[in-house]
Amino acid sequence: MSWIDICAIDDIPLRGARKLKTALGCVAVFRTGTAEVFAASDRCPHRGGPLSEGIVHGQSVTCPLHNWVFDLNTGQAQGENGSIATYPLRVEAGRVLIDGTGLSGRSAA
Amino acid sequence: MTQKLVIIGAGMASGRVIEHLVEEAPGAYDITLFNAEPRGNYNRIMLSPVLSGDKTYDEIVTHDAAWYAAQGITCRFGEHVVGIDRDRKIVEGEKGQVPYDKLIIATGSAPFIIPVQGKDLPGVITYRDLDDTNAMIDAARTGGKAVVIGGGLLGLEAAAGLAERGMEVTVLHLMGHLMERQLDEAAGYLLRRDLEKRGITIKTRASTAAILGESQVEGVLLEDNTGLEADLVVMAVGIRPETRLANDAGLEVARGIEVNAQMQTSDPDIYAVGECVEFDGHLFGLVAPLYDQARVLSHCLMDQPDAFVVRDIATKLKVTGCDLFSAGDFAEGATREDIIFRDPARGVYKRLVIEDDRLVGAVMYGDTADGTWFFGLIKEGTDIDGMRDTLIFGPAYQGGDAADPLSAVAALSRDAEICGCNGICKGTIVDAIAHGATELGAVRAQTKASASCGTCTGLVEKLLQVTLGDDFHVPAAQPVCGCCDLPHEDLRRLIKSQELKSQEAVWQELGWKTRNGCHICRPAVNFYLLADWPMEYRDDPQSRFVNERKHANIQKDGTFSVVPRMWGGITNPRELRAIADAAEKYNVPTVKVTGGQRIDLLGVTGEDLPAIWADLNKAGLVSGHAYSKGLRTVKTCVGTDHCRFGTQDSTGLGIKLEQILWGSWTPHKVKLAVSGCPRNCAEATCKDVGIICVDSGYQLGVAGAAGMDLKETQRLADVRTEQEAIDLTIAFIQLYRENARYLDRPYRWVEKVGLDWVKARVVDDPEERARLIAAFDLSQSIYRRDPWAEHAQQAERFQPLADLTLEAAE
Ligand code: SRM
Ligand SMILES: Cc1cc2nc3c(=O)[nH]c(=O)nc-3n(C[C@H](O)[C@H](O)[C@H](O)COP(=O)(O)OP(=O)(O)OC[C@H]3O[C@@H](n4cnc5c(N)ncnc54)[C@H](O)[C@@H]3O)c2cc1C
Ligand code: SF4
Ligand code: FES
Repeated sequence: MSWIDICAIDDIPLRGARKLKTALGCVAVFRTGTAEVFAASDRCPHRGGPLSEGIVHGQSVTCPLHNWVFDLNTGQAQGENGSIATYPLRVEAGRVLIDGTGLSGRSAA
Repeated sequence: MTQKLVIIGAGMASGRVIEHLVEEAPGAYDITLFNAEPRGNYNRIMLSPVLSGDKTYDEIVTHDAAWYAAQGITCRFGEHVVGIDRDRKIVEGEKGQVPYDKLIIATGSAPFIIPVQGKDLPGVITYRDLDDTNAMIDAARTGGKAVVIGGGLLGLEAAAGLAERGMEVTVLHLMGHLMERQLDEAAGYLLRRDLEKRGITIKTRASTAAILGESQVEGVLLEDNTGLEADLVVMAVGIRPETRLANDAGLEVARGIEVNAQMQTSDPDIYAVGECVEFDGHLFGLVAPLYDQARVLSHCLMDQPDAFVVRDIATKLKVTGCDLFSAGDFAEGATREDIIFRDPARGVYKRLVIEDDRLVGAVMYGDTADGTWFFGLIKEGTDIDGMRDTLIFGPAYQGGDAADPLSAVAALSRDAEICGCNGICKGTIVDAIAHGATELGAVRAQTKASASCGTCTGLVEKLLQVTLGDDFHVPAAQPVCGCCDLPHEDLRRLIKSQELKSQEAVWQELGWKTRNGCHICRPAVNFYLLADWPMEYRDDPQSRFVNERKHANIQKDGTFSVVPRMWGGITNPRELRAIADAAEKYNVPTVKVTGGQRIDLLGVTGEDLPAIWADLNKAGLVSGHAYSKGLRTVKTCVGTDHCRFGTQDSTGLGIKLEQILWGSWTPHKVKLAVSGCPRNCAEATCKDVGIICVDSGYQLGVAGAAGMDLKETQRLADVRTEQEAIDLTIAFIQLYRENARYLDRPYRWVEKVGLDWVKARVVDDPEERARLIAAFDLSQSIYRRDPWAEHAQQAERFQPLADLTLEAAE
């Protein structure tokens, strides 16, 4: 793993999200609780809605375009056949770190 | 051979070390014990009961003089150690030196003092030892006002103790909720509620700027310039390991004195134990792990193998009546699942956090009887998959029910208002039921409850069921969503009658089953709270659909549209030039004239929004709220200014109305139009409020629409003057804001409550009309401002957090 420092945790609003540009496209970084963060693809598999603009509730996000609800732990869409990629994140001393290995644009192999 | 063991600090950690040594290896060491406090070891955590008067100092002494004498320990109490000479293996006390073979540093920690002006004034106290406790007891003798800085465990115990002794106490806490390290927001809400019930004032997000006073503390000044009077200030903002001796002696010190798993410092003959140490990056502030450390250290001194490991710890608060429990890790990390249980009737909240079929954290308030059991599951890492569904009900659970959907109603007090129209309280209704009104019609006839607008019908039915039990069945009403059992109407009424003023209050008191709602209920709750409590509650952008959070309409490709306000459809060359310039500068692909008499710039990227807003703001253009459940447009026709048929100044009235109403949030969008004559060029007869000017004055229509349903307006009133037209419009919109369910356009709401009910309040009752107008003005004192101007100030929020595409792939 190669951890990359992306922001201070307070740069992300509580029950909100910000996005991150990567070689794989935009990644949404969600903050659900005081120190609880998740990262997942910003692109809804339905029709490409930007998930970082959705409403964050519990450990889920609702897509702003047509209300698909995704579990941020697994990336699975509730009651729909679709899912989003999730990425490991870590909080350390108030900073949010993302694992860069999965994001470099090359296949993991 | 007896070795010389010197111990610096006679606190709870070293006390336990000595107990192990004298029991398991009596005579192995010749012990000298220093303590800066002029006394030996007492149970420090019981200082809070001493402060509140439940215990005396004598009752909390762990080791008295006779005990030390019996163990042959040389006590040097009231004497500070001032240095350690590691080369000569000597400890220097204030009154003389002592040589050692082995040394234990157990100096505990020192309260953190925030470096503000006035921190050294007499009357500013920390909370650490008996002397501090006695100083507080003394100060409380004369009553007066106390300010406690810090809403953690210590601060709250101090606050409760001082309140118990008759002081008027205010707690200042920097974070959003109390005890944020041990509790989540929901439990923090309940704790706050219970402390407030005993008269303690709690201020969260309160940052201390200075402590005021000349020769004695007189008050506290906050960063937001609020001043508080104070005769006593208690600082309880945290602790710092007491590491000065170790530092001076050149031992390795990080935040605490660094030790290995045998409690050995960087000098093999010197050990450290208790709150002064740092182990593997961890600091300690509760006794449970310190007792583990003490056991390990004593074994090492007896040459028995042992190693310290960090374990989960559980917290309780020693304030009678505030029953809370927290253990493990209940916030951080992914791959977790929550189980939540709330019982509003008993003020109970429980949350379990599960990861990989194991319980990893638990937070409880109100009923903590099962705390130890849950803590055991956490520590042992028990696989809970088989009992997941019933886990939250605890070990005693045998086939019981899920949460009772009626408990929120059962919990209401007798004087909680149920029917807002007629001012009928729960007590009156319950009495009527007891006296034979066993169905809705009878309750209506006897009490008038639910006999007017009808929106409280659901609540009255629930009261029937609560009172009559299984004899009465509530007709199924659609709840807001899966997070709760209440339909919108009940939710709105209960927010009003229970005076629920925060989201946390709604989740807890109305028995929400989820942590913080979902995309369906949270926007509704957010609106109800801001509409009912404009002064106490602030709009929460994170509970809004993207358009209202971003103040722009999202498009199917993720770009946004920008629609500036054109008051009453009137514009001028300067505004048009600014719009044209902005369209060019930001490469806006489509510029369209809307159906609402203004111009839409479609296809602006999210990143560009703050900049384009700032440019438009410079020309005096503000947000048109084309995205909001709020006031949209006021369409007008040219009226008397130009038209040969115009009867009144329709353009002028439209502009006035738009300037009064803009910025307000409403259950759904609200559109107005003012036409200068019955030819109705502004299409006023299909608007939420449509005004037609006639020779004799103004015809006010309401509840029209031309969207999914086509509705012609219904006549609310004919009035003579422009001012009356304005007043009735405002009153109508405020009545709609106070009563309609979220996402009902006015026509749907009027269908439900009836136009007569609306007329009775807006038209026929001048007092109620005046109240509605005043309530609207009050709310507008907060919301009538341009969100674009505010958001343009935080442009960085609209940019990506970081750009990793540039990060080297290697
Ligand atoms: C821009 C505009 C069309 C145009 O180019 O003229 C428009 C565009 C949208 N309308 Fe509209 N409506 C526009 C005038 C209207 C009108 C005509 C009017 O206001 O005189 C109506 C019918 C009148 C009425 O509301 O009663 C209208 C009835 C709707 C409805 C149905 C509402 C209903 O209660 O049935 C929706 C859906 C909704 O709000 O839930 C809607 C929703 C929308 C949304 C916001 C769809 C969405 O949720 O994304 C469209 C946003 C486009 C965008 O990206 O900017 N739009 N929409 C008009 C903006 C007016 C303005 O200046 O603010
Ligand atoms: C009011 C209060 C309530 C608490 N409630 C709880 C609770 O409910 N649950 C819980 O688990 N924990 C609680 N704690 C925390 C708990 O008391 C501490 O974790 C524990 O006392 C720490 O033990 P210690 O031996 O490391 O330090 P201490 O008990 O602080 O002992 C250190 C001693 O070293 C002495 N000393 C320091 N420097 C020198 C020097 N240079 N020379 C000589 N002597 C020196 C000090 O005077 C002090 O007596 C509470 C603490 C307080 C103050
Ligand atoms: S009519 Fe339909 S497609 Fe056209 S702008 Fe309105 S909502 Fe969009
Ligand atoms: S694009 Fe996300 S739900 Fe349709």
